[in-house]
Amino acid sequence: MTLFFALVASAFAATVPVQGTDIAGAWDVLYWFLIYVSAFFVFGILAAMIYFAVRYRRQEGKRPKFIEGNTAVEIVWTVIPTILVMIMFVWGWVVYKKMIHAPLNALEIRVIGKQWLWQFVYPDGKQSINDLYVPLNRPVKLIMSSEDVLHGFFIPNFRVKHDVVPGMYTDVWFEAKIPGIHQIFCTEYCGASHSGMLARLLVLKDDQWKEFLGGKKIDIAALSSDPTFPGFRANMLGEGMPAVSQGDASAPVSLVSQGKTVAQSKGCIACHSADGSKMTGPTWKGLAGSTRKFADGSEGKADDAYLRESIENSAAKIVAGYPAGQMPVYKGLFTEVELAQVIEYIKSLK
Amino acid sequence: MGHGVALAHGDNYINHSKGLKSWLNTLDHKRIGIMYLIAILSFFLVGGIFAMLIRLNLFSPGSTLVSPSKYNQLFTYHGAIMVFMVIIPMIPAAIGNMVLPMMLGAKDVAFPRWNLASFYVYLSGAAIACASLFLNGVDTGWTFYTPYSIRTSTSAVWVLLGAFVMGFSSILTGLNFVVSIHKLRAPGMGWGKMPLFLWALYGTSVIQILATPVLAITLLLAALERIVGIGIFDPALGGDPVLFQHFFWFYSHPAVYIMILPAMGVISEVVPVFSRKPIFGYTAIAMATFGIALVSFVVWGHHMFVSGQSEFANFLFSLITMFVAIPTGVKVFSWLGTMYKGSLHFHAPMLYAIGFIFVFTIGGMTGMFLATLATDVHLTDTYFVVAHFHYVMVGGSLLGFLAGLHYWFPKFSGKMYAETPAMIAAILINVGFNVTFFPQFILGVLGMPRRYADYLPQFTTLNRVSTVGSWIIAAGFLLVLFYLIHALLRGKKASDNPWKALTLEWQSPSPPPHENFLVEPVVTDGPYDYRGAKAGPI
Ligand code: HEC
Ligand SMILES: [Cu+2]
Ligand SMILES: [Cu+2]
Repeated sequence: MTLFFALVASAFAATVPVQGTDIAGAWDVLYWFLIYVSAFFVFGILAAMIYFAVRYRRQEGKRPKFIEGNTAVEIVWTVIPTILVMIMFVWGWVVYKKMIHAPLNALEIRVIGKQWLWQFVYPDGKQSINDLYVPLNRPVKLIMSSEDVLHGFFIPNFRVKHDVVPGMYTDVWFEAKIPGIHQIFCTEYCGASHSGMLARLLVLKDDQWKEFLGGKKIDIAALSSDPTFPGFRANMLGEGMPAVSQGDASAPVSLVSQGKTVAQSKGCIACHSADGSKMTGPTWKGLAGSTRKFADGSEGKADDAYLRESIENSAAKIVAGYPAGQMPVYKGLFTEVELAQVIEYIKSLK
Repeated sequence: MGHGVALAHGDNYINHSKGLKSWLNTLDHKRIGIMYLIAILSFFLVGGIFAMLIRLNLFSPGSTLVSPSKYNQLFTYHGAIMVFMVIIPMIPAAIGNMVLPMMLGAKDVAFPRWNLASFYVYLSGAAIACASLFLNGVDTGWTFYTPYSIRTSTSAVWVLLGAFVMGFSSILTGLNFVVSIHKLRAPGMGWGKMPLFLWALYGTSVIQILATPVLAITLLLAALERIVGIGIFDPALGGDPVLFQHFFWFYSHPAVYIMILPAMGVISEVVPVFSRKPIFGYTAIAMATFGIALVSFVVWGHHMFVSGQSEFANFLFSLITMFVAIPTGVKVFSWLGTMYKGSLHFHAPMLYAIGFIFVFTIGGMTGMFLATLATDVHLTDTYFVVAHFHYVMVGGSLLGFLAGLHYWFPKFSGKMYAETPAMIAAILINVGFNVTFFPQFILGVLGMPRRYADYLPQFTTLNRVSTVGSWIIAAGFLLVLFYLIHALLRGKKASDNPWKALTLEWQSPSPPPHENFLVEPVVTDGPYDYRGAKAGPI
């Protein structure tokens, strides 16, 4: 008997992915609550219909009862669902808030989606393709953008997902609790090889993470013997899939200094200083995260989205005290990686 | 009355005039309804074949049957055909056209010429959309999300314009129905005595009139963006791709109710007739219909919780969406209340209605998982969503349509179909449906994304079960096709009111005469006044 229940329980458990983060745990509790409420109504309604079908089936000489309604009953079946859906809403909102707000100390990694691969750019300037390396037990925030059309970034084991939109930064965050390999999917239809746009999330223990930072190649085969995600595949064959090397773990220069080089080569430093002095344009020192005042009197926070907009199309918001039309329009002249580099550089100038 | 009683069972709308031309030029709502029905069923066949191919390709991982780009075209055509050419017009334009004027006790709809025009507009739109099949095809998905739809090398413009044109047909039908319901009700039929199917069509028409223009503009803008690059949705041209999603769902969420409200209307007719009992909570159901129609306009953002939409918008859209559950629940409970202490007859329409209530409840409950913010994040864009909307659209709209088709078939064909195969088909379709789509919920929770031509090996078993289910559904539909055609050719003659129903259409001969009624009907009792002898068995 206990064996039977254990079997049933494990069969049910097998219908949800592994709980790779604490938030996945919170998500699962909410999910099972919804399952129980649904099961109650679905089976209740089914049972009622079967009972009625037998009990009130057409019988010789038996007359149906003339009933046109019942106010009390109707109030009950309006009020109870109202209460239930409000519980669902509030609970869903509470868990959702946790899912979307990354802790401030999170490690920031940039994600670029393009038809049909995932590119990852680390703070130290390393890049990898279709393999995302992250440390265990540390919050990680992914700042994502797309080089072409919409994509969607999804890690089922962590219950996180967000669309990756061209011309815009979106983010997801997580704190991995299970080392090893986890699956990443593209969930927003993006053309011929949408179903081939897969990647691996490699969660590294402390020593492995240090090795990765030190530029050593990680033995993925050793990671994949980890039983947490059976049947994993990095890349399915699809049409037009570029042949990519898995992971380029050796990049000598940090993202910030790469950004400095880009700022020089694109001529930004002709108008922007890094040390606080005023030139044709405002200085970049202390810019990131500050509150900006604009010529039209409005205000805004200088987050990634603002920096991106200012670079691509500075006319969208003119900083108070500076003339409009000075800064050239750079839209289309930056790759996503270059944008990430310059933005990281600006953010480093505190 | 011009027609004498002698004509009563001789002259009817089918033999009233002869020849193909008399059909193509007809202004008779019943004939227009039949033409819609034939067109819609033909498209349903095409969309269904695409569905079978999709399931076949997914029987095993790897591109086993077609290449990924062909697969993408398959699901795009399947979705676009089923949504725009089948489910949206299925109940209102086909069944509604035949039934609405008769239920009102009228000779025709308010504007018969518009009615015919709307049919040809629909056909032209469908033709434009299908023309793309012979060019480069389309691979955008039926949602046409930008910027992919603007950049794809396939013939997206044709389908965009086709759907744009079909929208006008939908608007025309909606206007026609609203005016008909206001102006043509039989003497004695106050608003409170109007059958619930008409309430449902009224609510649907309002949505069609108000929401469809937004879709039209959106599709036109997307087409213009493709043709001349005006730069509204493509970020490379300075546009905003998320804006397209707002516009698109502003129509397409209400469109979900264009698809489901009429089906609910059918169920509200069928359940009382086969329970021999008044509908439980008439006023509540009529009000719920309008509650749903109203709320449906302000919940579109629930399709966009992970699109980049703001946190505050997500908060509001999740909250408002929750309220859709309440009127929906009221309807389901009221149908159960109608069966309670009734005298239940299990003819084919009732079997479909019971299937509808069960399957639709699952569709509705799983909708709550997607309305709840946190759960949606994981489930959206996975097979969970695919399963959810098939439970609502196939399990709901299509089962409702089948209930209606079997319910009104004797009236408009004058023939009776065989009961046994009808019951077997109803069971096959219901079982096959659940076998096909239930595993997809689990696939979605496990993380399998939608619109995947290929999948990871651990998803194989559930995909196979789903594919086998699709064969069971197909068998059910073939059986329906077979016995309905058989009934048309060889069926027993149907009596005027085989179900002993009380709504007006059953007071006319089967099939009805050209002008619907031999004697102009007058309403004295309500449509569900099953008292005394009227409550007797069928
Ligand atoms: C010809 C001079 C000029 C060049 C070259 C130039 N900028 Fe600017 N930039 C300006 C001016 C003037 C402003 C302030 C007015 C405005 O907001 O448009 C500005 C504003 C900005 C801002 C917003 C600053 C704030 O204080 O809020 C950012 C970020 C920026 N530029 C980045 C860049 C980058 C990156 C480059 C190189 C790719 C660049 N700029 C090149 C003149 C220039
Ligand atoms: Cu994709
Ligand atoms: Cu919706």
